[in-house]
Amino acid sequence: MSNIAFVRKKEIAPSPPPITEVGIIGWIKQNLFSGWWNSFLTLFCLYFLFMLAAEFFPWAWGGHWHTKSLRECLDLDPNVACFSVLTARWKQLLFGLYPAEEYWRPTLTFFLLILSIIPILFPRFIRFFWFSLIYPGLALWLLWGGSFWSVAIVYIGMSLGVASYFMLNQRLIKSSPMALLLALFLTVIFFLFISDGMADLLGDLVPLSLPFVESLKFGGFTLSLIVGVTGIVASFPIGILLALGRQSKNLPLVKMICVGFIEFIRGVPLITLLFVASVLLNYFLPPGTNFDIVLRVIIMVTLFSAAYMAEVIRGGLAGVTIGQHEASASLGLTYWQSQRLIIMPQALKISIPGIVNTFIGLFKDTTLVSIISLRDPVGLASTIRADAKWNGIYWELYIAIGLMFFIFCFGMSKYSQYLEKKLKTDN
Amino acid sequence: MSELDEKKKIDRTKVNLTEEVVIHISEMNKWFGSFHVLRDINLEVRRGERIVVCGPSGSGKSTLIRCINRLEEHQKGKIIVDGTELTTDLKNIDKIRSEVGMVFQHFNLFPHLTTLENCTLAPVWVRETPKLEAEEIAMEMLEKVKIPEQAHKFPGQLSGGQQQRVAIARSLCMKPRIMLFDEVTSALDPEMIKEVLDTMIQLAEEGMTMICVTHEMGFARQVADRVIFMDDGQIVEQNEPESFFNDPKSDRTKLFLSQILGH
Ligand SMILES: Nc1ncnc2c1ncn2[C@@H]1O[C@H](COP(=O)(O)OP(=O)(O)O)[C@@H](O)[C@H]1O
Ligand SMILES: [Mg+2]
Repeated sequence: MSNIAFVRKKEIAPSPPPITEVGIIGWIKQNLFSGWWNSFLTLFCLYFLFMLAAEFFPWAWGGHWHTKSLRECLDLDPNVACFSVLTARWKQLLFGLYPAEEYWRPTLTFFLLILSIIPILFPRFIRFFWFSLIYPGLALWLLWGGSFWSVAIVYIGMSLGVASYFMLNQRLIKSSPMALLLALFLTVIFFLFISDGMADLLGDLVPLSLPFVESLKFGGFTLSLIVGVTGIVASFPIGILLALGRQSKNLPLVKMICVGFIEFIRGVPLITLLFVASVLLNYFLPPGTNFDIVLRVIIMVTLFSAAYMAEVIRGGLAGVTIGQHEASASLGLTYWQSQRLIIMPQALKISIPGIVNTFIGLFKDTTLVSIISLRDPVGLASTIRADAKWNGIYWELYIAIGLMFFIFCFGMSKYSQYLEKKLKTDN
Repeated sequence: MSELDEKKKIDRTKVNLTEEVVIHISEMNKWFGSFHVLRDINLEVRRGERIVVCGPSGSGKSTLIRCINRLEEHQKGKIIVDGTELTTDLKNIDKIRSEVGMVFQHFNLFPHLTTLENCTLAPVWVRETPKLEAEEIAMEMLEKVKIPEQAHKFPGQLSGGQQQRVAIARSLCMKPRIMLFDEVTSALDPEMIKEVLDTMIQLAEEGMTMICVTHEMGFARQVADRVIFMDDGQIVEQNEPESFFNDPKSDRTKLFLSQILGH
């Protein structure tokens, strides 16, 4: 050691890399032009993008917004877009045949929807979760109208049921299954004999009602959202139960039913199910029953995506090691506690991409209802074209519809990425 | 190995080994399908006793201790834990599981929960301990295993040795009366084995009833009241550590010891 002549005491700071290796130029060089094949691909893509933009922007930018018909557009300048169809018909694209003087109702429902999902999406706002719970009833009343009390009575009945369960469980009976049964019984009694009269009475005391709007008037993006959001919210828990049922080892009958359901639904095209909903059900239901068409569609869409959801979640369940089950069992957790607290959180986290994929698929599949002549935006596009004034217009309408769907689907996709990042707990 | 051998045995004066039998296994048999894993097991464990189970791989050690908290179901014979017989009655099983702690070879911590949450989960949900109280107990146990500073980290951010100590703390939070350890150091790097063994020695000194499946013979000499040797689903030999290691009776035990002690 002693014969070393000079030892530097301080570490020299590393000198910056040459300019050609960093910054924008460095990045471009490394990623776009590293080798002749890569450079060729880059140039080819750039050319392709340029051609697209060169076609699209002049067409869209110079588009007409205030003509009265497609004819008028073409007379002015046939080479630019005719967005006037949107100016003239945007209300229909959003609301379908919903009465114009009631547009505020779906609009309000939509903004309340945003408020109601915030506590679910961001745990920070979980204290507002009560709003997410009352929202479905509120939306139902706002959209379809009728007496406020006919919806409120459902909430009243359910609250009474829950309250009676807790009262019974704590004060009177020791066994909770017994209390549950009794509370259920009381709730059924309430809905069979008391609820109607009580709703009428409340309606007389405090008249609070909106004009009734029938389901066939619903349409446009409102309809897509109603079917899509309800389907998403309902298919998720059903999917979880189906996945658990399919996994269960001790209940062969439950398992068989779940497997049968999943395989049947996955093997049948959604269109078929929608036709069943719109046409065939009428043959099976007693004549004169009024089973709402929108509700029927929602049920079919929900069942359809619940089957897919179940398979996605089953994949997630398979990703949770047997050790997790054993650890939670060894601590004395019951089956449902261990599912809820240990297994599902991990399984769902693994399945986030698949779950969101299914949600997005469901949302876009709502456009299929146009086949059974409900007026979703795609169905409306045909209706609008049937009008002589707009006969022959395609691009402008479909671009607008596509954009609306894209905003929602892209939002879901972004949220899922955010969630995945947030739930990452290892390094 | 020899370094641990020379260490003095744990101070037994503090430990009051009672005559009370807490685990009573008689004529117990278990099959996996047609494969007879456990044959006529008879075993009595007294409160405060520390038992080390050893034997070749596949001899049924894990299966035996997993029968004690019903992670595996036995088909014949009796298992009575703390006065409760293990039957198909789910209530009995949940009760026994909450009183018998188990630590696994691969830790099995809950990766989506922090260290502290791992420790409070079962007390809160199974014992219905108020959350604050559960957190106090959890911090106490994390201090006992010497990692209170990791309370708010996730398992994925800890070393293997730290994770295994959290797993021990998680079991201790349920205030178990019996602890089962299944090869808890086998998945650890050599430098981490000691920190986990030290924690277990500390528990032994406090008088915990323990059944440890392990190949750490130094630990067995230092801690065990009784060493059990299993082979082929049977208890072949059991004895106090001194006699077990110095004067093994059966040839199978001799062979096993010579292999594991590297002579
Ligand atoms: N779930 C199971 N199904 C079938 N065989 C099993 C199962 N678990 C363990 N075995 C078998 O039982 C025997 C004993 O296993 P185990 O108790 O894990 O042994 P040890 O812990 O002593 O290495 C082994 O031959 C093993 O292959
Ligand atoms: Mg084993």
